[in-house]
Amino acid sequence: MPSQFTRLAERDRRPVSLTIDGTPAAALEGDTLLTAILTNRRRVRANEFDQGPRAGFCLMGACQDCWVLMTGGERVRACTTFVAEGMAVMTGIKP
Amino acid sequence: MSDTAPDNAIVVIGAGPAGTRAAETLVKAGVKPVVIDEAPKSGGQIYRRQPDGFRRPIEDLYGYEAPKARAVHAAFDGLSDRIDYRPNTLVWEVREGLVHTIDNATDKRGSLPYAALVLATGAMDRVVPMPGWTLPGVYTLGGAQIALKFQGCAIGSRVVFAGSSPLLYLVAYQYAKAGAKVEAVIDTAPFAAKVKALPDLVLGGSTFAKGLYYVGWLRAHGVRCVSGATLLRAEGKDGIEALVWRDSGGGEQRTACDALGYGFGLKSESQVADLCGVPFRFDQGQRQFVPEVDAAGRTPVKGVYACGDGATVRGADAAELAGERAALALLEDRGQAFDRARAQALDAALAKLNRFRRGMDAAFPFPVEMAKAIADDTIVCRCEAITAGEARKWMRDLGAMEMNRVKAFSRVGMGRCQGRVCGTGAAEVVAAECGLPIEEVGRLRGQAPVKPVPLDPAEGE
Ligand SMILES: Cc1cc2nc3c(=O)[nH]c(=O)nc-3n(C[C@H](O)[C@@H](O)[C@H](O)COP(=O)(O)OP(=O)(O)OC[C@H]3O[C@@H](n4cnc5c(N)ncnc54)[C@H](O)[C@@H]3O)c2cc1C
Ligand code: FES
Repeated sequence: MPSQFTRLAERDRRPVSLTIDGTPAAALEGDTLLTAILTNRRRVRANEFDQGPRAGFCLMGACQDCWVLMTGGERVRACTTFVAEGMAVMTGIKP
Repeated sequence: MSDTAPDNAIVVIGAGPAGTRAAETLVKAGVKPVVIDEAPKSGGQIYRRQPDGFRRPIEDLYGYEAPKARAVHAAFDGLSDRIDYRPNTLVWEVREGLVHTIDNATDKRGSLPYAALVLATGAMDRVVPMPGWTLPGVYTLGGAQIALKFQGCAIGSRVVFAGSSPLLYLVAYQYAKAGAKVEAVIDTAPFAAKVKALPDLVLGGSTFAKGLYYVGWLRAHGVRCVSGATLLRAEGKDGIEALVWRDSGGGEQRTACDALGYGFGLKSESQVADLCGVPFRFDQGQRQFVPEVDAAGRTPVKGVYACGDGATVRGADAAELAGERAALALLEDRGQAFDRARAQALDAALAKLNRFRRGMDAAFPFPVEMAKAIADDTIVCRCEAITAGEARKWMRDLGAMEMNRVKAFSRVGMGRCQGRVCGTGAAEVVAAECGLPIEEVGRLRGQAPVKPVPLDPAEGE
């Protein structure tokens, strides 16, 4: 699956595992959830109004375009939330 | 949060360069301010710190600004127990003498009575909508920089940077230096604008004046840099695949890429000032509404001060000076001893920086034509995917000629971002549709919460 972000530095951090749409994925400690998803996928969500794929925009907690759905039903702002072991997110792609 | 602060707290909102210097100045005068910032660490946008466990040296993160970054960080860290610092804490409402906060991590709410407020809330990128700008891979220039500075990542593997912004060449340079593949830098301003503005830009002393150096460096490293271009659209299906633009000769060009960082200068994060009742005025040079603030940082609202990019976008060096100056004004107004000579020196330095501000407006002009030409099928409001055409239709059907009425009918500006992102484009659409000058269509009023906060369990559903 193509990813959006590319890692250029800081690659030797502790690995963290999460699941994206039910599929296991790897990230690094200190990644935001946005980074964790976008180093594995090209989107974090589908917009509620036009279903278009979205992947954040400002990365500074201002645009609110990176809210992502956790499997538990909770939503979090991915660019200001750090990834944690075992997180499970849904990107709005029907598997 | 249990509010242990005294009833007469002096509250600084923002811990960037402006807030840091404001807090430091208050501490020197024997005041123990509460300093609130929604970010986990101090430093603000320019001197944003990387998370724990990241190891890049400070020179890698801030380049030529590393000594200043070090100084601002050290100044803040040195305040430690002499301030009541609340990181990870969003100010979402200010009302009736209370600052309302929420802890980002725990959702715990707090409200804090204040005697005076220093707003040092900074700025964000100003963007103009274009077709395809909601596609994955399209980010603001500042966002692109945050990916690198805060996460060690590039926004894509083949990146284009575009727009007209002090961040344009800076971020492109930072990316290329960090090993990213920069496909092109597409400047919508003519190159001559920057050369002409250079004497004013140099006054700012900061990274912005180094733009010309960065262009040279990028060219020497084989990065294509064009100026005088018009951005037409981002193309792609699951994400951006190309940026289509028009060159200065009128020819259509297509640059393949998998990421785009773009923006048109910065706009103040002034929502909190709005909640405090600070009046706004239209600034022609910046082509935007800004809070009314005098040279020392006083707003017309008693006890409310504003400084840094949140008051006027003048860059980080000015933000440090303005933060200190606003704190001195606050001390003076409270009848406390303050260093008058220092205040005068700061006034002189800041007055000079107003020329720098004009230099920025000249060097990084806003793309008026692009904004006027926003097509009907272009999404203006990212939050609710509302197009320019829908907004125009409401305006025609209901004769709405003012931003807040257009918002009420079309919902543009009503989404989760509170108009931060769409405000600029929406105002241009409304102005062009009504045939009114931009300053006459008004501005989206700030409303609480300034950012989404979970429902208060105490208030029930
Ligand atoms: C993404 C980005 C990157 C930038 N990079 C550079 C650069 O590399 N070089 C350069 O010269 N300029 C840069 N700038 C310009 C920048 O604005 C600087 O001029 C400088 O950071 C301004 O300092 P400041 O203290 O006024 O605001 P900032 O540094 O922006 O600090 C404002 C602080 O206030 C906090 N805040 C805002 N609202 C609230 C609220 N409601 N509740 C709690 N906290 C709040 C923010 O979290 C932030 O930490 C950048 C701007 C942006 C938006
Ligand atoms: S990307 Fe803008 S809020 Fe997260």
